[in-house]
Amino acid sequence: MTAVTRLLAALLVVGLTCACSLIGSQTRGGSPHAVTLVTHNSWAVDKALLADFQKTSGITITVSENGDAGALATKLVLTKTDPIGDLAYGVDSTFASRALAEGVFVPYRSQNADKGSQRYQLDDTRRLTAIDVGDVCVNVDTGWFAEKGLAVPTTFADLADPRYKGLLVVENPATSSPGLAFLLGTMSAFGGSGWLDYWTRLKANDVKVDAGWNEAYSQDFSGSAGKGPRPVVVSYASSPAAEIDKDGKPRTRALLDTCYRQVEYAGVLAGARNPDDAKKVLDFLMSTKFQEQLPGQMYVYPARADVPLPGAWSSAAPLPPDAARLAPDQVQANRDQWVGQWRTLFTG
Amino acid sequence: MSPLALVGLLPLVFLGLFFAWPVASIVGLGLTSTSRPGSAVLDVLTDSETLRLVGFTLGQAAAATVIAVLAGMPLAFVLARCKLPGIGLLRVAVVVPFVLPTVVVGLAFRVLMPAGGVAPIVLANAFFNIAVVARTVGGLWAHTDRRGEEAARALGASRWRAFVSVVLPAIAPAILSAAAVAFLFCATSFGVVLMLGGGQYRTLETEIYLRTVELFDLPGAAALSMLQVTTVVAVLIIGAVTRRRKETALGMRRHREIARRPVGGEWVVVGVASAVVVALTVPVVSLVARSLSNGFAGYVALAGHGDQATLQVSGLDAVWNSVRAASDATVLAMLLGVLSAVVLSQLSRSGALIGEVFDLALMLPLGVSAVTLGFGYLVALGSLPLDLRASPLLVPFAQALVITPLVVRTVLPVLRAVDERLRQAAGTLGAGRLRVWREIDLGLAGRALVAAAGFGYVVALGEFGATSFLARPDAPTLPVVIATLIARPGELNNDMAYAACVVLMLVTVAAVAAIEGFRASSVGEF
Repeated sequence: MTAVTRLLAALLVVGLTCACSLIGSQTRGGSPHAVTLVTHNSWAVDKALLADFQKTSGITITVSENGDAGALATKLVLTKTDPIGDLAYGVDSTFASRALAEGVFVPYRSQNADKGSQRYQLDDTRRLTAIDVGDVCVNVDTGWFAEKGLAVPTTFADLADPRYKGLLVVENPATSSPGLAFLLGTMSAFGGSGWLDYWTRLKANDVKVDAGWNEAYSQDFSGSAGKGPRPVVVSYASSPAAEIDKDGKPRTRALLDTCYRQVEYAGVLAGARNPDDAKKVLDFLMSTKFQEQLPGQMYVYPARADVPLPGAWSSAAPLPPDAARLAPDQVQANRDQWVGQWRTLFTG
Repeated sequence: MSPLALVGLLPLVFLGLFFAWPVASIVGLGLTSTSRPGSAVLDVLTDSETLRLVGFTLGQAAAATVIAVLAGMPLAFVLARCKLPGIGLLRVAVVVPFVLPTVVVGLAFRVLMPAGGVAPIVLANAFFNIAVVARTVGGLWAHTDRRGEEAARALGASRWRAFVSVVLPAIAPAILSAAAVAFLFCATSFGVVLMLGGGQYRTLETEIYLRTVELFDLPGAAALSMLQVTTVVAVLIIGAVTRRRKETALGMRRHREIARRPVGGEWVVVGVASAVVVALTVPVVSLVARSLSNGFAGYVALAGHGDQATLQVSGLDAVWNSVRAASDATVLAMLLGVLSAVVLSQLSRSGALIGEVFDLALMLPLGVSAVTLGFGYLVALGSLPLDLRASPLLVPFAQALVITPLVVRTVLPVLRAVDERLRQAAGTLGAGRLRVWREIDLGLAGRALVAAAGFGYVVALGEFGATSFLARPDAPTLPVVIATLIARPGELNNDMAYAACVVLMLVTVAAVAAIEGFRASSVGEF
């Protein structure tokens, strides 16, 4: 082959790849029943279920992932006059008040919204519908404690007990969403006057602070694949469902007295191009079938009370019965100050 | 209007539309979202914390750049000057660190340096950027005539003296180019700083992210963004001034005539380069080992849709998505970058100041926060008649912004080093403008051109920030799949994440080998 034919061949290959890429992405045309579902990058769904819904309803759903929950909320607020979709799913209780205050959503009450989801209702006009719940709880490596002959800690107070010195790893509330939830959990347990004192004791008890969940859970925690040095970590109530050994026994456990409830909401966007079909998609998110597959796909709990958990979950990772919650407005108004105080305590 | 100006206009329009306008929009929005923008900006700028932020941002970036240059130079020498078995493979493999997701490299460095602190941040940033130095400098070095240094040696200069007095001035523009790029990458590095600093060490980049996304403090973020742009421009101007003094026409030679077996003291350099390669390999090997911790379970799961169909697409689909997205971005960036480099190389002879401003503008996207740009897209592009905000084109566009300056920095030093008399001679012999460009410029810069394409492709393959942030339908690329998997509990998910890393490395090596293989037989050396 001469240089010129090589050059042409290479250009052809590259050109075709690009063409595929550009054409392949234009799957959605001007269908009258098209809905864009704006969500965060933890979105996962049973594909067959989604395909089935689209087939029976005649609605074409385009999913658009938009970074983490915080980035999603910021995006929705920035584009409120000309929204980037019809329906948003994944705005969580930490960021919900920002979106509500800015008038991002319009009211809609889904037919199944009163089957448990109403427990997490934020405003009377029902602009947001709770879809799932993901509690942040302290997780323990039960095998580690059995081996040391040490009782498993159960409460916040235990974690500050010198017997458990150097065992806990948490995430930085300034940079991590579970880290912030844990901080809010201590706020709820000890109140505005006692929480800093509690963290002072945790610090004295040699708590380790990581920037994010990946490092804390996958690397520093002894009960995960990383087999790290610390047997106590801040993670989710659902995490033990993923740490089950070959004979079906969970290796870790969530401490149900240390949980903070994070709720994820969906809502129809103000100014949506296709609000009617967006409402139908929201109904789909509230349907029994969608709610049932939430644990397996996204490691969260259904917001509906009448939907059963998968078999292994009820023993390994039950929904904490009374997780702490703070009012979103209170969180929004104070988090900057609280995180600032926390940071002063830890970084000086 | 001269044809040159027309050619230069295309990159400028692209830069204006997909960089300057979005950034200005989001900063403008931030400032107008408060009733007293002046005091909001002043509050941030006069805060003593801000000074520390700027200091730490610049300090860690400078330290990482110095290390990247020192470690990258011996590699550049080996790649450019040595005829040794396995050099081809080395040239390809050296880019692997660059493509690895920061989350994975961050985790690896946490194992290697458990004490934490500033040192792992600096070393991890250097780890990513050694390839930038090795390849940018190697590109020019591979074409510089040996006869100058041989003459110096014949006149009694030591090997070191000949290097310092003859070789170093010749390749200085490439070193400064590489250093500028590495510096900007380090200054805007996000994941590494967060992970290895435990959230305690903060840079302008991490602070802009936190203020925008977590705290929704848009005025504060806008003030920090302006500070970031100003800082980057200042650093770039210093770099440009230093570089301008060094650029001269060189006697350019084909690489075939230059590479030879190392002799005498050169083996010491080869030894140092080998040590650098070993150091680069340590984190990579640890990743491969992790991926095999439970045999091939992770790979098997990745070939399908994972445990309980947790993956939205199979690993193979993700590979295909990555390859497609990277191809788009590279083609676009090559078009923009080569046009810009040609214009700049011509401008450096006539309109010096315009050239410098144009050059600086092209570099700026490397130094501006991805968060600022990403949210800027949302704010700005919605007002276009064709709503591009949800377009699949946005990802390659955003990637092209990052790759274009790399292309320019790789190709431009070579084009500028082409002796103008060669072009004049070709013209005298009757060649038209295009023919001159093909025979002289392309002939001599071909290797750099292909190297730029290869490196651009790598950047696009490894790109995560823009890809995860900009609207993206169900077509996740490998880095996105890795991030998803690693953010889940469970042993198999972890195995799959590391298996996906290894697949990403293999895809990278294969892609770069294909591009480089194509070079060896055609463009570079006809």
